Amino acid sequence: MIFKLHYIVFTFIIFIIPGPVLCKDIIVCPDCEIRSVKEAISQSANGDRIIIKKGIYTENNLSIDKEIEITGEDFPVIDLEFKYQGFIIKSNNVKISGLEIRNISVNYMTDLSAIKVENSENCVIENNVITDTFFALYLANSDGCLIKNNKISCRAMSESSSGNGIHLWKCNNITIEYNETTGHRDGIYFEFVKKTTITANYSHNNLRYGLHFMFSDSNVYRENTFRENGAGVAVMYTRNIEMTDNKFEDNWGPASYGLLLKDISRSLIKRNLFYKNTTGIYMEGCEQIQVEENEFKSNGWATRILGNCMNNKFTGNNFVSNTFDVSSNSSRSENIYSGNYWDKYDGYDLDRNGTGDVSYRPVSLYSMIVDKVPESIILLRSFIVELIDATEKAMPVLIPETLIDDNPKMKMIEYD
Amino acid sequence: MIEIKELKMSYGKSRALNGINLSLEKGQVVALMGPNGSGKSTLLKSILGLVIPQKGKIFVNETDIANNYLYRTNIGYMPQIANYPENLKVKELFNIIRDIRNGSKEKDEELLEKFRIFEIYDKYFGQLSGGYKQRVTASIAFLFDPDILILDEPTASLDPLSTEIMKSKIIDSKNENKLIIISSHIISEMEELADRIVYLLEGSIRLNMNIKDIKNGSGERLGKAIARVLQSN
Amino acid sequence: MNTKILKYILFELLRNKFIILYSLILMVMSFSIIYIGQDSSKAVITILNLILFIVPLICLIFGTIHFYNSKEFIQFLLTQPVNRKSIFRAEYLGLSISLSLGFLIGVGIPVMFYGFLLSGMYLVLTGIILTFIFTAIAFLSSVINKDKVKGIGLSIIIWLYLTIIFDGLVFLIIYFFNDYPIDKFIIILTSLNPIDLGRILMLLQVDISALMGFTGATFQKFFGSFIGMAISAVFMLLWIFLPLAVSLRMFKRTNF
Ligand SMILES: Nc1ncnc2c1ncn2[C@@H]1O[C@H](COP(=O)(O)OP(=O)(O)O)[C@@H](O)[C@H]1O
Ligand SMILES: [Mg+2]
Repeated sequence: MIFKLHYIVFTFIIFIIPGPVLCKDIIVCPDCEIRSVKEAISQSANGDRIIIKKGIYTENNLSIDKEIEITGEDFPVIDLEFKYQGFIIKSNNVKISGLEIRNISVNYMTDLSAIKVENSENCVIENNVITDTFFALYLANSDGCLIKNNKISCRAMSESSSGNGIHLWKCNNITIEYNETTGHRDGIYFEFVKKTTITANYSHNNLRYGLHFMFSDSNVYRENTFRENGAGVAVMYTRNIEMTDNKFEDNWGPASYGLLLKDISRSLIKRNLFYKNTTGIYMEGCEQIQVEENEFKSNGWATRILGNCMNNKFTGNNFVSNTFDVSSNSSRSENIYSGNYWDKYDGYDLDRNGTGDVSYRPVSLYSMIVDKVPESIILLRSFIVELIDATEKAMPVLIPETLIDDNPKMKMIEYD
Repeated sequence: MIEIKELKMSYGKSRALNGINLSLEKGQVVALMGPNGSGKSTLLKSILGLVIPQKGKIFVNETDIANNYLYRTNIGYMPQIANYPENLKVKELFNIIRDIRNGSKEKDEELLEKFRIFEIYDKYFGQLSGGYKQRVTASIAFLFDPDILILDEPTASLDPLSTEIMKSKIIDSKNENKLIIISSHIISEMEELADRIVYLLEGSIRLNMNIKDIKNGSGERLGKAIARVLQSN
Repeated sequence: MNTKILKYILFELLRNKFIILYSLILMVMSFSIIYIGQDSSKAVITILNLILFIVPLICLIFGTIHFYNSKEFIQFLLTQPVNRKSIFRAEYLGLSISLSLGFLIGVGIPVMFYGFLLSGMYLVLTGIILTFIFTAIAFLSSVINKDKVKGIGLSIIIWLYLTIIFDGLVFLIIYFFNDYPIDKFIIILTSLNPIDLGRILMLLQVDISALMGFTGATFQKFFGSFIGMAISAVFMLLWIFLPLAVSLRMFKRTNF
């Protein structure tokens, strides 16, 4: 009975206290009444908005367990002074925007981050500048968040002592767009992330991968640019990926790839640009991937397809100015190549239908030799190599018979 | 003027000069004679530094010519055969030698005029006949008024008219107290020009005498007199 | 003084029909390669192959023939008060500069016309360096042999050797000894061939993406830094100056 009375009183209070009082703005500034973000958070209630004015706030460990919005005016600086981590979001519907968060030191025990989101839904992290943090954005077990337009940078020195820019673990339905990440270990890192859309991000000069994910099915990657990352982009153990209109550029090095695909199946790779990578696409244990209408330009190896890849389809791609277009470690190929443009193709088109009358073998004998004996790269473009390739072309014995494009295009394919 | 001591020269295995000792003074025409292959050209080329003898020394005006090239300012040379680049103009050849001599002015243009070289000044050597090229060569040899003239078979490829011009030029030069060395195997030609005969055979000097002494007032033709002297040696 | 001789030798050679023809042929070939190929870097590579093949051949053969043809003129110059070194220098520079000009016009104009910029510039530079190298080798081959036919023969043999046989041997060595640490050896070995050096200098421009794919530390260092470029350049200069120094020594003792 008493309990019931309490309940009635409670509902009564809720109804008679007017709205504005419920959702108040709390102002924080260096010479306001409230000078610290921590205090503002503790004074806030669900639905409140904390507005942080310009200034430098040296604070730490800002745990948020209420549904509030924190927004900065003119990018107030939250300086963590290498002491501990920044915001930890534990409740739903939290929004953080307009802040500059900086300075977290390396920590081998905890994944210290500028903003950590744990077990929460519908958070929005937008327009923040995050510099020199171990991890920048860290989402675990969360759902439905929007991560937009953040500028994340770091000066990582070594792979083992650095964290990731945007790190997601066990998340669903996240939208990540228009962010820039640089100088971290991995620019964007996913593990067990589903139904997520990644659009128009720019991930560059990270120590290891620009984008790295594992066990993250059914995600869509569009219009992102991955440039000059230590090892390019690596994706593993995943199904149903859609990668369209991305750019993979300038990833140089012995273990560096525009896009490394390991155990990927039923996916679409379309209209991407692979430019100046040591290897454009590297595939290992992949099945049923459609590689369509991509442009491979000025790569060392446009594609390296290992023998354990099956039923992948390469159609309508442009292969231009690559040192090697296709290389494989196997003498058999169970993938389909059709209707691509190969700039090395020198066949003719008598019936003028735009498709060459003789089929094209994109694997050269020399590329197989280089695979076996890497030192022989020093003879690249020498007369003897031209001779070897010409001989093999005239009397093919070693190149995989089935690796053949029956409909090579005569002209570069135009996409619209 | 020219002093040659113990000169030995061979091309590979074949011996061309076999210990030559020779001393030549100015104000005379010396005929270097001998059959083909006796070493006349080789001896003349040694004086110019065109061939480099294995042994012996050559002094021109008291300077050792080894590793020297400036002494050639004083020598005019006409090789047995001369050839010039096809696409070079006659005028340009004259410019080259002028430049080599640091723009020093031509002193003696007599042959230039008599051979009418000015008329072909703008022609390319590719357009000229062998005789014309030889006339160009001859006029260059005399152009800078050198003290020594070395002419290797000068009349071999000249037409009779040019030969006469050459002869009188040679005599004029002698009268200017110059040393003129002419190689030839045509004895009759030398009879009217030469003061002295140096006769080469298989790379050795077999005779070196004034014509007067060879004939010794005998009234023989020169050829016969030479044969007689050679035999008596 | 020898710049003046050089000037006239240059005049003479630039009127040479063969050099004009050489330039024209290069130009026609370059323009058609650029016109047919859709992509500029493919065109650069095709022109590179052409250059690596033709430039050494032409310089060697034309250089050798020219040297023998100039013998009488050289003899004439030697009767003038100049030293042999000046004449040799003027002859060498005259020939290599005029062949380079022929090359520059034949390949440089088409390449610049299509605006290839950096890789085009490297292409032209490589061609010019090769011209200087192979003219020097042609002179060496001519000074060694008194006989014209023998000299031309030697030049052709040198060309065949450096263009085909040498790389074939390198290939066999790499293929059969790749279990041993031969990286350094291979790099030094290829540096012994100026055509390979020219090729590698270009590879560093057009194929750097592939070259960076190598794990061997020596290769990484060689290709991945300025070092490869510097070493190639130094060796190429050596390839000009060594044959020249040797042939000058012999030229000074030649009997004309
Ligand atoms: N450039 C040369 N190479 C080899 N042998 C030569 C050369 N020039 C001349 N000889 C040889 O040297 C000898 C002398 O030749 P040369 O001086 O030309 O004689 P000449 O002028 O009296 O006819 C001959 O046996 C000739 O074959
Ligand atoms: Mg003679």
